[in-house]
Amino acid sequence: MKTDTQVGKTPSSKGRADRGPAPGAPGRLLFLAAILLPPRFTPARVRYDRRYRTLDKYRFIVGFLAVPLAFYALFVVSPFLQAIYYSFTDWSGGPVANFVGFDNYQKMWNDDRFWDSLQVSALLLVIAPVITLVLGMFFAYMITSGGRHRRGQAIAGVAGSSFYKVVYFFPQVLSVAIIAVVWGRVFNTNSGLINGGLDKVGVTGPAWLGGDSTLGVISLLTVISWSFIGFYVVLFSAAMGAIPSDIYEAALLDGAGRTRTFFSVTLPLIWDTVRTGWIYMGIQALDTFAICLVMVPPHVLKVTPVFLYERFRDGQYGYATSIGVVLLVLSMAFSLIVMRAGNRDRIEY
Amino acid sequence: MGATSVNRRDVMKRAAAAGLLAVPAVGALSSCASGGGSENKAEKGKKTKKNPLGVKEDAGLTVYIFNGGYGDKYAQFVTDMYADKYPKAKPDQKATEKIATQVQPKIVRGKPTSDVVNNSGAEQMNIGKLVHNKQVADLGEVLDAPSWDDPDVTVRETLVPVVEQMGRFGGKECYQLNIALTVYGNWYSKKLLEDGLDSAYPKTWDEMLAVCKKAKAKGIHGWSYPGGHPRYMFFSMYAMFAQRGGRDVTEAMDYLEPNAWKHDAVKDVFEAWEELVAKKYVLTGFDGNQAHTEMQTAWTKEGKCVFVPNGSWVENEAKDTTPKDFAMTVGATPSLDSGDKMPFGTLYAPAGEPFIVPAKAENRQGGLEWLRMMYSKKAAVNLFKEVGSMPVVKGAIDGEDLPSGTASAQAAIKAAGDNIVIPHFMDWYNELFREDFNNMVHTFMQGQIGPKQAMDIMQKASERILKDPDISKVKKA
Repeated sequence: MKTDTQVGKTPSSKGRADRGPAPGAPGRLLFLAAILLPPRFTPARVRYDRRYRTLDKYRFIVGFLAVPLAFYALFVVSPFLQAIYYSFTDWSGGPVANFVGFDNYQKMWNDDRFWDSLQVSALLLVIAPVITLVLGMFFAYMITSGGRHRRGQAIAGVAGSSFYKVVYFFPQVLSVAIIAVVWGRVFNTNSGLINGGLDKVGVTGPAWLGGDSTLGVISLLTVISWSFIGFYVVLFSAAMGAIPSDIYEAALLDGAGRTRTFFSVTLPLIWDTVRTGWIYMGIQALDTFAICLVMVPPHVLKVTPVFLYERFRDGQYGYATSIGVVLLVLSMAFSLIVMRAGNRDRIEY
Repeated sequence: MGATSVNRRDVMKRAAAAGLLAVPAVGALSSCASGGGSENKAEKGKKTKKNPLGVKEDAGLTVYIFNGGYGDKYAQFVTDMYADKYPKAKPDQKATEKIATQVQPKIVRGKPTSDVVNNSGAEQMNIGKLVHNKQVADLGEVLDAPSWDDPDVTVRETLVPVVEQMGRFGGKECYQLNIALTVYGNWYSKKLLEDGLDSAYPKTWDEMLAVCKKAKAKGIHGWSYPGGHPRYMFFSMYAMFAQRGGRDVTEAMDYLEPNAWKHDAVKDVFEAWEELVAKKYVLTGFDGNQAHTEMQTAWTKEGKCVFVPNGSWVENEAKDTTPKDFAMTVGATPSLDSGDKMPFGTLYAPAGEPFIVPAKAENRQGGLEWLRMMYSKKAAVNLFKEVGSMPVVKGAIDGEDLPSGTASAQAAIKAAGDNIVIPHFMDWYNELFREDFNNMVHTFMQGQIGPKQAMDIMQKASERILKDPDISKVKKA
């Protein structure tokens, strides 16, 4: 190639050691200018330089990435960095924010209200993904392969499965605020749907959101799982649909029943999706803000984001952001742990 | 400020030298000369008998009113009064739901465009911060001025004393003035109590227990508790703390003093309530956001309970469910025994709807004059007619046709005299009330904790706030 002959005067110096441009090669300035020039207007001297190809390649990539990356930096990275900075200040929303070192974190460490809220959040973080994913997987399996075997088909969903798929997704379409208000009514002690039903069969229902924090957590878990299951049903049925049916046929020929097929074929093959869903649901559970704020009275229990919100409301912005930073660290730690724990060999199919 | 040191020739020279760059600089200089710096730049007129605050007659006046439940008609009445007296001033009233967004930035920059502000609503400015930053004017001048209706009586003398108390932030200066009164206490139906239960309002706690017992025999609960909003219990408990232990106890709470919540009086009050809870005299099961309306419906329409902890807005709020012959009445705190430090009738009756005048308001005297007019009898009566709230002007609505709840509230204020108590910590350290008391009293009303734990929780919370560097403390003067 021409570029080779131009640069490599001596064949032995072709490696990385040969940094400087060979005599006759274009200058640095010309090269910089070439970044912005289309190839047509680039001097031949530059165009036929060995390094021009690298430049052209990266210029192409940068051209596509620059705008999105700039947006990402402006609207995602910079708020994060600012939040981290403000968590070390006593900012109260005004023009002044004094640097106070780790005072906010120290205050958090000694604040019982923070630990109480974190306890609830941690509980949700552990339990909510389990309930949601297990139920989501069960429903998805029923939809894709739970039905009777029809002629010529290795697997089939239960009757009306496409209808269910839509119905399960309904809660996802509703606004979170509406979900919280409606369920708040359902859990009402005196006039709620649940206690009304219990009344009919002669049982006096408890005060679901009336103060007992265990009942409060149960109510909260119910609503979170209810509202997210639909999403996972759709997610998992898509993943299950991607599994080639000849694998199922083989399993069927080997005499595997539905349970065996699920655990030995389906689950291992959709494991990546499950892991992603687990992380996603965990973060959702850690961030159960709106439902808790609207549905659960603050004296029953509160999750950490609600506690954070209350600090914002009281103008303790510095303290509130430090709580936000702790939540960020927790979400990242959770993701890493799940990624590590859920790491298995990928099965290609 | 620097106006004299910069004469026109200097400016011209500099402008010529610095070219266009100098133009904004001149603007800055001149605005410095006319705007900030000097202490009393506000426009002032001559003080006369007819104009005791020395209002400059042709200085414009801008009034900002929170456009919430009260609307702004009641204030327009006053602004019209101002226009009548100072026609050249052309006062301008602005109604907004976002007081802080509209008013605060200009106050913070030291160039307020408002002369009197109704600092109210969910978006109210943090008055503690404004006072701390010296951005609001001392309104003592209004209180010292002769009242609108009678020049021989000062404005202060026409108002219930809580108005001034609630404007103070640890010192003698008064930074905000409230215009309407709320009476908290034990609300009941006179008809149910006197005809249904054949009892008089209990003046002692023993009598209270007796009434509850009698009610229970008839299948009615003596009390009720809106579980969704536990803080309502405070409306009936607070005056009891004061009545039992005197003002020292409530003051200790306000100033976050050590062991403020461990006083014997606090214990006695919690024990009294514990008995009520233990004997199952309290109607419960009202959870969720609408707990208070559910409770009020059970109280008015269904007659399921005798007393509810509430404030004087309840008459209006429960209007739709209240039977005509209900005879809604508010009762003061029953005495525990002869050891009480304050007499029966001690009342928790704070003033609400605060007004401030920015410290650097252009027409500060006009703002003060507007407030003096707000405290005139006719403006007070108008306030009552427009929004149904009790004005803070003494005797202003005597002789008006009052609904039974308001009439009883007026009577309770009269009976209380000077024995009106106000929890300043609710303004100063709101989370102590909104979070800590609220959460604690819920477990208490459920019988999960007793008086000792209740006191411990509150004391711990009080100490937490004392140590919190993010909360500025009000020091005792």
